[in-house]
Amino acid sequence: MAEEEKKEFWRWTETNWASKDIDWRKGEIISAGVDVGSVSSQAVIMVDGELYASANTRTGYNSPESATNVMNWALEATDGMKLEDVNFSVGTGYGRVKVPFSNKAITEIACHARGANYMYGPSVRTVMDMGGQDLKAIRCDERGKVISFLMNEKCAAGTGRGMEVIADLLQVPIIEVGDRSFDVDKEPDPVSTTCVLFAKAEMLGLLKKGYTVNQALAAYCSAMSYRVYTMIREVDVVEDFVITGGIAKNRGLVERLESHLGIKALKTDVDYQLAGALGAALFGKVLYEKKKKK
Amino acid sequence: MITAGADVGSKTVKIVILKDGEIAGKGIATGGLEVEGAWNDAWDAALKEAGISRYDIEKTVGTGARLKEVEGYDTEMSMVTADARAMHEINPEIRTIIDVGAEEGRAIKVDTAGKVPDFAVNEKCAAGAGAFMEAMSRAMQVSIEEFGEEALKSTANLPINAQCAVFAESEVVSLVHEETPRPDICKAVCDGVSDRLASMARRVVVEPKVAFIGGAAQGLGLQKALKEALDLDEVFYPEDIVFVAAYGAALKAAD
Repeated sequence: MAEEEKKEFWRWTETNWASKDIDWRKGEIISAGVDVGSVSSQAVIMVDGELYASANTRTGYNSPESATNVMNWALEATDGMKLEDVNFSVGTGYGRVKVPFSNKAITEIACHARGANYMYGPSVRTVMDMGGQDLKAIRCDERGKVISFLMNEKCAAGTGRGMEVIADLLQVPIIEVGDRSFDVDKEPDPVSTTCVLFAKAEMLGLLKKGYTVNQALAAYCSAMSYRVYTMIREVDVVEDFVITGGIAKNRGLVERLESHLGIKALKTDVDYQLAGALGAALFGKVLYEKKKKK
Repeated sequence: MITAGADVGSKTVKIVILKDGEIAGKGIATGGLEVEGAWNDAWDAALKEAGISRYDIEKTVGTGARLKEVEGYDTEMSMVTADARAMHEINPEIRTIIDVGAEEGRAIKVDTAGKVPDFAVNEKCAAGAGAFMEAMSRAMQVSIEEFGEEALKSTANLPINAQCAVFAESEVVSLVHEETPRPDICKAVCDGVSDRLASMARRVVVEPKVAFIGGAAQGLGLQKALKEALDLDEVFYPEDIVFVAAYGAALKAAD
C-alpha cells in the first residue's frame, strides 16, 4: 500500500481530445503526426489540414508501443475513426523511426517550425522548443520553413526532465511549480550549479539555510531561465517569438525568460506540446497529395 | 615539526598529519549538507591515530571545493598544486595525474620538478565524476563497490548514449527493464565515465606514467575502464588513494 500511495510529483496530466465541429467522414485527406519524444508522446489527426483530434501521453520504455498507444488514444477521442482511415502518417521526435504505422519520418526541428506556424500563424520567426530532454532554438520563415537552429541535447539543465527531478525533490506537483515560484517576497539568487545532480544538493542546502520551498523553486526557475536565455541569444531572437513543448506550460520559466529577452512570447489555445505532431501531420497532408499526383 | 593538510571535498573531508615529513595520522569522514560535523570527525580520527592534540599542530594548509565552509586552517592551496606536490613526493616518475572526486574530475600534468605545466578540470557536470557513478548505482540498487565488481564480470560493449547523469539514469532504468545483464550495464556506465575522463585528460596530453587518484578511483570497474580508454599499459595507484591532496597540503604546511 505504501508503495501505491507514493506520489509522483513529476507526473502531469495526460489528455486526449477531438473536435466536435469537424465531420471527418466528409474530409478528403486525413493525415496524422506522431511525435515520440524522450519523455512525452503526442499524436495529432488532421482533416484536410485542420486539427481534428490529439492525444498527449508519457513515453514508455518501448518507443513503438508508445507510438501505437498515443495514436490509439487520439483515435479513441474521435467519432469512430480507425487507423486504416488515416491516409498518411508521419513520425517525428526522438523515436520517429520507431513509429510502426508511419509512412515517413521527419526530424522534429522541421516539424516544430511547421507546427508553430500553424498554431501561432505565419508571423512566427523564432521558436524555442523546450522538451523533455532537449532545447531547440529555431529560426523560421513565414511558411514555417527552418532557416537555422541550435540544439542542446547533452545536458538536463534547462530541460523538462531536469524540472521533473527538481519537482520530485521538493515534492511539488510539476503543474504548480510556475505559480509557486512567483509566490515569494523577493526573487532569490539563481541556483549557481549547472548540473541538475549538483543543483539538487545545492537546493537541499538552501532549504537547510532557511529557504522556503517556493524560494527554492524560484531560485531554480531563475537559473533555468538564464541558461535558456544564454542559449537562445546565440540565434538572433526575431519576433514573433513562441515557446513550444512542455516547459511552455511553466510560467515560472516562461515569464522569467520573457523578462530577460525583453519580449513576450505569443500565446495560443492549442496545447504547446502538440507542435511537433502538428507539424508532422501537416507534412503528412502535403506528402499524401504528392503521392496521389504521381 | 608537526603539520596538517586538510582536503575538504564536496563529499568527504580528509586530514593528514605529518610529523617530521612522515605521515603520523590520517582521518576521513563523510559530510552531508553541512561539512562541519565531518570536519570535526576527520580531525578526531587523524589526531587519535597520531596520538596528539590539535594544539600540537604548528600549521594547517587547506584545500578542496568546500574549504570555505570550515574554519581552523592557516592558508590554502589549490587542489591541482596539492595533488602535484604530493605525487612528486610519492612517485616522482608520474607525469600525469587523473583525480576523480565526487563532483569534480581533474587531469594534471606534473614535470620533473613537481610543477604543473598544464591541467584540465571538470567541475560543472556530474558526467565524469563520482556522483555519476553513485547515481547509477542507486538506480540499479547496488552498492558502489558491488557496482565495480559487477562491471568486471562483463566483456560486452554496450554504449550508454546519454552523457548527462539525469538522462543516463533513465537509460539505465530502460536497460534494466529490457533485462539486459546487470554486469553489462555496470560496465557500460564505467565505460561512459571513463570516456568523459579520457577526453578531459587528452586536453592536457596524457604522458606516462599515469596515476589515478581520488575517491572514485577506488572503483575497480572504473580503474579498468579508464586504463583501456587511455590505452595505458600500467597505471599507478598510490596506497592512500583518497588522501593525496591532503598529503600535498600537509607537505606545503611544512615548507
